[in-house]
Amino acid sequence: MNFEHGNTKLDFVKHRNKFFALSSVFLLFGLIMLSTVGLNLGIDFKSGTTIDIMADETVTADEVRGHFEEIGYTPDDVTLAGENNNIGRASFIGGLDQQETLEIQNHFDDVYGSMPNVSTVTPLVGEELARNAIISVLIAAVGIIIYVTIRFEFLYGLSAIVALFHDALFIVAVFSIVQMEVNIPFIAAVLTIIGYSINDTIVTFDRIRENMTYEKKVKGFDDLARVVNKSLVQTLARSINTVITVFFAAAALFFLGGEALRAFSLALVVGLVAGTYSSLFIAAQLWLVLKTRQLKKGRRRMKRLEGEQQPET
Amino acid sequence: MKKRKKVKKSFIIAFFAIVIALGTLISTNVMAHVNNINLGLDLQGGFEVLYEVEPIDSESEINRELLSATVSALNARIDVLGVSEPNISIEGDNRIRVQLAGVTDQETARELLSTEARLSFRDVNDEVKMDGGDLVEGGARQNFHPDTNQPIVEVTVEDSSLFEEVTREISNRPLGENILAIWLDYEEGDTYEEEIMKEDSKIVSAPQVSHVISSRDVMIEGNFTTEEAGDLAGILNAGALPVELTEIQADSVGASLGERSMEMAINAGIVGIALIFAYMLVYYRFMGFISLLTLTGYIYLVLVVFDWMNAVLTLPGIAALILGVGMAVDANIITFERIKDELRSGKSMMSAFRAGSRRSLSTILDANITTILAAGVLFYFGTSAVQGFAVMLIVSILASFITSVFGARLLLGLWVNSRILNKRPRMFGVKEREISEL
Repeated sequence: MNFEHGNTKLDFVKHRNKFFALSSVFLLFGLIMLSTVGLNLGIDFKSGTTIDIMADETVTADEVRGHFEEIGYTPDDVTLAGENNNIGRASFIGGLDQQETLEIQNHFDDVYGSMPNVSTVTPLVGEELARNAIISVLIAAVGIIIYVTIRFEFLYGLSAIVALFHDALFIVAVFSIVQMEVNIPFIAAVLTIIGYSINDTIVTFDRIRENMTYEKKVKGFDDLARVVNKSLVQTLARSINTVITVFFAAAALFFLGGEALRAFSLALVVGLVAGTYSSLFIAAQLWLVLKTRQLKKGRRRMKRLEGEQQPET
Repeated sequence: MKKRKKVKKSFIIAFFAIVIALGTLISTNVMAHVNNINLGLDLQGGFEVLYEVEPIDSESEINRELLSATVSALNARIDVLGVSEPNISIEGDNRIRVQLAGVTDQETARELLSTEARLSFRDVNDEVKMDGGDLVEGGARQNFHPDTNQPIVEVTVEDSSLFEEVTREISNRPLGENILAIWLDYEEGDTYEEEIMKEDSKIVSAPQVSHVISSRDVMIEGNFTTEEAGDLAGILNAGALPVELTEIQADSVGASLGERSMEMAINAGIVGIALIFAYMLVYYRFMGFISLLTLTGYIYLVLVVFDWMNAVLTLPGIAALILGVGMAVDANIITFERIKDELRSGKSMMSAFRAGSRRSLSTILDANITTILAAGVLFYFGTSAVQGFAVMLIVSILASFITSVFGARLLLGLWVNSRILNKRPRMFGVKEREISEL
């Protein structure tokens, strides 16, 4: 896989409106899902208790319910997990007290020979964590815009932030659609992707900026489009190789990392794809559109200035 | 064409010397660092409770001082439990998180932690006769009842006349009302009649007092096992909590499940990293080999830093570490792609290496600084889990910068400058026909 800059005919810019439309439609669909179905919030964001029961052999939901009924409990929900469905997860909305969880733990310790995991939580903690993360990301976004404006130019910063929110929203939308459980590690995954997304976009922008300095005079859309296309092709091998290597790590975690990491690694995989896609097809193109508009405005202002000056002379 | 310059063998010898030295360093002490790293509860089992701290009476206010006092009181209690390496941290303005790794008897632990250990002696009308302040500090001990041989807790009263007076008054009351109830954590609104009926009562014991007692020692009987009596004595000696603790989150992980999660995550990590190595070798050839070395260095460095920082490794932490490898690879890829670009444009191996390294540096710097900036903000404004993640991210970026930028430059530079690779672009994954004439 080598992309030879001179003779590749890849034209990213030509199809930009299709990419914008694709992303908009998907994100819109995601937002609709989010506002109607919502996210499948895990125990971290709900009030209640979940008990993970690990058995040596395959269990069924009925079997797990049966064991609970033996000691007089009715879980609100029982789901199965694990390689061969050897983990039963029972949730109790509203929560159990210490005495009750202890009784359950001891019971299942007797039945399956391993102490079940118990988490109880008030929604406060998870909600606070999520809210805090969102606020931090917003503040970080402002910081990034400032840094990029100083090092590059405001329009680069703006486009990078749009790409960042695109990627974060993308993951959330996918999770709303597939209804996988959202827990605290999920937030960590979204944060990882945000870090990765910025990294990826900045690398592309760096090349655009460098190529801009080689251009003698950038007149309008066509010149800019050429620079963007050239830069994207030049960084394409890097973009693809980086996403492939990180993808290897995330995919290995998804398939082999066990139940606890599944939601986390799925969020990573989805985010990686979205991050690479947005750097190539959204961020750079958006910059192109914004920059073209800026150039036009600048020219118009020049003309107006000229026009204003003429009557006087 | 110019005559090929002589190969400088000393550079290659230096390369192998460095690799062997680092290899020896890593192989001899990596396990020591790994074993030193604290594992989170999700990896070794145990349990974790988040408490909200409330003042005992409405007058006092929760401040930093009171929180620290609570933490030291909790520490003293955990000593009673005999847990090694407990982790107690203050979060926000009014929360304390207690993590006890490897604790199996959760119930006892939770009870010992959250009890305020305020002892009070009350009559059947719930009127206070004596409280913890009237007892000799540190004077509680586990003993056996002289008659029944049952385990009891003994406390000593500061002033013998006080106890005499209290017992005289109670013993004069009619039968059924001559009771001196010993309460643990009495709260406004609790009544004797209700509480004595409860199975898990706050009244530890409710002895009848039929005659005046003139000794200073008070026996607390309560159907204890020897252990329970010992624990209660320990708690009483550790002192009362200055605040009230309400459990707002609890998490427990069975040891076997934790171990299994860790094993799976590590296996997944090994597979993922092996795939990355293989890909880099196939795609970047010789440069891939260099990145294999620097990535190994990266993993080692991150582990060492983690050990130094006394950080706690959790499941998402392992995932972030594995993913960090991907981020470190990125720095390599950016540099290698640049070098290939320069080679294709017809530059000599040495100048392609120099130009490629120089030009990629500013890109990597910009990308990493923006990410560190984001991580810094997350650390500053985030809560515990987010903060831990931000630290992990910053450590990864800095470590990858050192190994993938400087390490790779040094190692690759030795080979390039030895001139052995001159006129061998294929070693770098560049085909001859791709090279344009200058």
